[in-house]
Amino acid sequence: MWGFYFNELMRSLPIFLKGLWMTVSVSGLSLIAGTIIGFFWGIIRSGKGRILRRLIGAWVDLIRGTPFLVQIFVIFFIFPEAGIQLEAFPAAVIALTNLAACFICEIVVGGIQAVPSGQREAATASGLSAYHRLRYVTLPQAMRTILPPLVGQYVLIIKDSSIVSVIGVIDVTRAGWLTVQRIPEGIMVFGLVGILYFIICYPLIHLSSNLEKRMTVVATRL
Amino acid sequence: MLETFNFRVILEYMPLFFKCFSATLWLSGAGLVGALLVGTVACAIRLSQSRIVSCIAGVYIESIRSTPLLAQLYFFYFGLPSLGIMFSEEVTGIFALTLNSGAYMAEIIRAGIQSIPHGQIEAGIASGLNYFQRMRYIILPQALGVTILPLLGQSIVLVKDSSLLSLISIMELTRAGQMLTSERFMPAEGFLTTAAFYLIIYYILKGFSSWVQKRLIFREAY
Repeated sequence: MWGFYFNELMRSLPIFLKGLWMTVSVSGLSLIAGTIIGFFWGIIRSGKGRILRRLIGAWVDLIRGTPFLVQIFVIFFIFPEAGIQLEAFPAAVIALTNLAACFICEIVVGGIQAVPSGQREAATASGLSAYHRLRYVTLPQAMRTILPPLVGQYVLIIKDSSIVSVIGVIDVTRAGWLTVQRIPEGIMVFGLVGILYFIICYPLIHLSSNLEKRMTVVATRL
Repeated sequence: MLETFNFRVILEYMPLFFKCFSATLWLSGAGLVGALLVGTVACAIRLSQSRIVSCIAGVYIESIRSTPLLAQLYFFYFGLPSLGIMFSEEVTGIFALTLNSGAYMAEIIRAGIQSIPHGQIEAGIASGLNYFQRMRYIILPQALGVTILPLLGQSIVLVKDSSLLSLISIMELTRAGQMLTSERFMPAEGFLTTAAFYLIIYYILKGFSSWVQKRLIFREAY
């Protein structure tokens, strides 16, 4: 029976590859947008505007405190009540972008705070504008702290993208779920799903820990 | 949306929400205890001197960390019956949660133990302490300070991850929101209440972890 199911599974491989492409595009789009928004929020949050800082902080807490599954249900089921009808794909990208932005915002805030305040004072004393301080003094040094957890966060977001399968986005997990209805060998079908995620995530996890090692070496050398 | 927000229905469903709230607490509590056990054992195996033994734990940790929980959950949910192993949904769910979080716990504990300078261990050996005494009196008390915050962070993640158990039809908070949606067509009331309950757990755990953080800084200052 195993041989028969294996052949069946190999024949439905195109669905899985399509699903893989969907996973890559949903998480890729969200990661790009999320990184930009996250950096933006992070810079504002470690800046001076008190109201904006509080607002972003509260929003980040709301998102970090609720499961992604609930967030995606909120966007997919409640937004239509408010008159915003969304397809599954844009809903997934919006939810995942927001999630990524919130987590990246926290990482950026941590990175900026890790830069010694003397650096910023020295930059101010040298007459650099706020933009130039950020561009040439704070951010380049903060990047060393930000980069390793940022790549680690990318892995978490790619894995969280599996949850968008519940609103009908046909990603790898959904492809597995659809296939397992036909081929009742859960170990085999979801083993394949796991391998596909592994191919994407494993190199990134290694990149993250390599970056961590390299960045700490640089830090101690200074 | 908000003008039609129906608090009466929420009140009517409150008993269900409280039941599901305690189910979420119970499921994630069981998962947490299991994950701590699995994590400690996996970490001990990972730090073993023997290369092959250490490699086994490495494969477990890396394969869990590189695949999404949802895929793991489906793997066990659809996979175990095809092997002839019949568990109830709850057992399968807790099993998946435990194995998933256990891998992260193992990494956290390992980072804590490896943060102890090697001289401490050598001093312990020189004083004639055996392995368990070294662990009990030298390594673990120091490692606890490093690991407690990431462990609390992981338990927040665990509570949020338990929402995925609703997808294999376990009654818990997210499922309660889904029921309100399907029975009364009120997704806003359902999912926002669900989110509020998750936020309660999140803020309690977050408050606890910032209290711990303050205590740790206090201790270091001495």
